[in-house]
Amino acid sequence: MHAPQLELSRPGRGPMVPAPFEVVAKRRDTVDTWTLELEPRSGELLRFAPGQFTMLSAGGAGEVPISISGDPGRPERLVHTVRAVGLATRAICDADPGRVLGVRGPFGTPWPVEEVRGLDVVVAAGGIGLAPLRPALIELLSRRGEYGRLVLLYGGRAPDQLLYGDQLRDWAERGFEVLVTVDGAGPEWLGHVGVVTRLVKRAELDWTTAAAMLCGPEVMLRFMVTALLDQGVSSGRIYASMERNMQCGIGHCGHCQLGPTLVCRDGPVYRWSELERWLAIREL
Amino acid sequence: MKGLEDLIADASVFAGLEPRRLALIAGCAGNAHIRAGTMLFQEGQPADRFFLIRHGAIALEVHSPGTGSHVIETLGEGEVVGWSWLFKPYRWQFDARAIQPARLVAFDGACLRAKCDADHELGYQLMQRFASAMLERLQATRLQLLDIYGDARTPA
Repeated sequence: MHAPQLELSRPGRGPMVPAPFEVVAKRRDTVDTWTLELEPRSGELLRFAPGQFTMLSAGGAGEVPISISGDPGRPERLVHTVRAVGLATRAICDADPGRVLGVRGPFGTPWPVEEVRGLDVVVAAGGIGLAPLRPALIELLSRRGEYGRLVLLYGGRAPDQLLYGDQLRDWAERGFEVLVTVDGAGPEWLGHVGVVTRLVKRAELDWTTAAAMLCGPEVMLRFMVTALLDQGVSSGRIYASMERNMQCGIGHCGHCQLGPTLVCRDGPVYRWSELERWLAIREL
Repeated sequence: MKGLEDLIADASVFAGLEPRRLALIAGCAGNAHIRAGTMLFQEGQPADRFFLIRHGAIALEVHSPGTGSHVIETLGEGEVVGWSWLFKPYRWQFDARAIQPARLVAFDGACLRAKCDADHELGYQLMQRFASAMLERLQATRLQLLDIYGDARTPA
């Protein structure tokens, strides 16, 4: 894979043992999505790289992989944006400040923020896929001068389901060209309506030397990659975060196998050129 | 300041056409402006024109009694608004409204159809280009219909 394997666990605690983290802040992002800020009960900071995830649990409701959406430069607060779609994620979203959640990790491969230095970078997100990309956006902006043009293409279902509205404006002011679209809207929405892949032709950058980081539904990823390849982006410079049924987080159980790889260990961030042959096989 | 032929030649939908055919197309074209919030055309009206957006943005909408207007697509600089002038019964299927002040090139549909009838090579070249643009929009619309963000299989 494109990046060296990171340390799987903190010293003194096995990777299968959850650490207690207390919810210290909570914000509702959309009708079914919440951002939780957590602090370790032990005081031991959870340092992570953009793109990594944790296994998060709330009591007996089960454990789920959730990408970290906070600032890598502020490891004192673990930030997760979670959409309530099942038993475990609903229990996590129901957790109010003061409640303790279980955290394992961080796990997985990071976004290649070092490898793409000097290049134009397009970040493309669909729906809640913006959350795993948020640490990379923060990192890119914190070292704005080391990159060429920065473009964020973000698609959502409807205006009231877009994440991080205030931050989108902030990122635009600090150097990202931010293009947002929704699949449908009322006449009060003066922004773009249409599928996110249609934004590609509206972005202005040097596609032939650009790198891309993608996260969203797999069908969106496939069509976004096609649009990027049409513009001349090399598949070796396209990176995507994948989702499979991750359970152990450390490459032992095999539930998240994708071709010869395990998404929890070799992903979730893959270089597209390493991935495309496996995605061409249905139900893999 | 660019003339109409230059503006048309710069548009991707007309890219690669011979100068004499660009001149034929320009003979059916004129400049137009529209203020934000103004309707460019409405469903059911005769579709006698189509537009190339130079600046600004146009929203395609469908009106539903009881729920009001719903924006189904927005179009921006360099994109074409309107296909209904090409096909009988030449009536708009949707509403189009400027969501930003827009500068447009407006084309007379009947004029261009007549020129395509007289010059089949022009008609073929235009049909190829319009079909390609329509295919791109159709594929994007199919993705929209999938409602891909509705079921969270993305990283949570």
